[in-house]
Amino acid sequence: MLRIKEYIRPQSLEEAYQLCQKKGNVVLGGMLWLKMQNRSVNTAIDLQDLGLDKIEENDEEYRIGAMVTLRQLEQHAGLERLTHGAMAEAVRHIVGVQFRNLATIGGSIYGRFGFSDVLTLFMAMGAKVELYNGGVMSVEAFTHLPREIRDILVAVIVPKDVKRAAYQSQRNASTDFPVLTCAVCETDEGVTCAVGARPALAVCVKGLPADAPEETAETVTEQLQFGSSLRAGEEYRRRICRVLVRRALEAMNAQEV
Amino acid sequence: MEIKLNLNGRAVTASAAPDTMLIDFLREQGCLSVKRGYETSNCGLCTVMMDGKPILSCSTLAARADGHEVYTLEGLQAEAEEFASFVANQGADQCGFCNPGFVMNTIALLRENPDPTDDEIRAFLSGNLCRCSGYESQLRGIRAYLDSRK
Repeated sequence: MLRIKEYIRPQSLEEAYQLCQKKGNVVLGGMLWLKMQNRSVNTAIDLQDLGLDKIEENDEEYRIGAMVTLRQLEQHAGLERLTHGAMAEAVRHIVGVQFRNLATIGGSIYGRFGFSDVLTLFMAMGAKVELYNGGVMSVEAFTHLPREIRDILVAVIVPKDVKRAAYQSQRNASTDFPVLTCAVCETDEGVTCAVGARPALAVCVKGLPADAPEETAETVTEQLQFGSSLRAGEEYRRRICRVLVRRALEAMNAQEV
Repeated sequence: MEIKLNLNGRAVTASAAPDTMLIDFLREQGCLSVKRGYETSNCGLCTVMMDGKPILSCSTLAARADGHEVYTLEGLQAEAEEFASFVANQGADQCGFCNPGFVMNTIALLRENPDPTDDEIRAFLSGNLCRCSGYESQLRGIRAYLDSRK
C-alpha cells in the first residue's frame, strides 16, 4: 500500500528540485507504477503546475515535456510523421486509453524500466533527456546514470533527423508487459537498433546496414545478453530478438525516405 | 488537505488525506457508479473523465484532481442513455459490474471518434476488462447503436 504524508505542487523547477533532494520525497509521474508499491512517501511532488505537459518543436527537434502523457505521444501528428507510425505503435499496447492518459513520458523514462516501450524507441532515435541539474544527455547515457542521483527530468528531446523508423514488440497477451521490445531507426549516421525487455534495460547497437535484415538481425542478437523472467526464458527471448529485429528492418525498408 | 473540484457540473469542496485515491473521494461524494476492481490499473472499472479525458480513478490521487473538472457516470447519464439500451439488448451487461467504466470509456470513444471501425472500438476499449461477456456482445451493442444513427 502506498502511504503519502504530504502532497505538494511546486511552482518552479528549482522548488521541485530542492524538494526531491530529500530521500523520502518522490516526484510523481503518472504514478501508475508507484501506486503498486508498498512504501511510505514523505512528500509527493506533483509537477502539474510547471507547464511540462506540452510537445513543442523547432526546425531541428521535438521537445516533449516530462508530464506529456503516452496518449499525447500516440496522437501527435508530427511524431507520427517523423517516426512513420512507430511512436503510436510503441505505446498502443500499453494497457488501455485510460492508463495512457495518466502515464507520463517523464515517469516512463526516469524510471528506466526494463520493460519500457518508449525508452526503447527513444534510445534508437538518439533522443536526449534534459535534467534540471544534470543538463542534457543522450537517453543511452542517462540509462547508465547512478540511480542515487536525484534530479528532475524536464523534457525529452527528439531530433528530427530521423529518416525511417519502425517498432516491434512481443507480448504473451494483449496489453501485458512486453517479452521483448525492438526499435530501429535510420539517420545520416546509419541504422541504430535498440532492444529492451531482455528483461533488462534497453541497449542499442549502432552503425548497422539497412539491407540484409536477416543477417543484421543475427548480428544484433549475437551482441546482446538476454535473461529469464516469469514472462519468458533467455533462449526464447534470443530467438524472438532475431525475428523482431528482422521484421522491424523489413518494415523500415518498406518506408519511403 | 482541502480539495476543490468541479464534480459533475457542481463545485465541490471537501477534505481528504494526501494519499486518498480519487475513487475513494468520489465514492464518499456519493458517486457509487465508480467501481473498485483489481486496483492494478488494468481493469478500467473505475474510469472517470478528468478534464474530458478518461482516466483511472483508482490510480489517481484525489489531490491531483484539485482544480480540475471530474465527471462520473452520475453526471453523464443522458449521454450514456443514447447507446446503453443497444448494449443491454445484446445481453452485454450480465453481472453489470464493469458497465459504468465501460460506458464511460465508450462515451470518451464516441466523443473522440463518432464513427469508429470495429477495430478502433476494440483498441479504445482494450483497457476495460469484463469477465462475463467475452466482449463480442458489447461490440455488437455499440455497432448496433452506430448503425442506428446512419
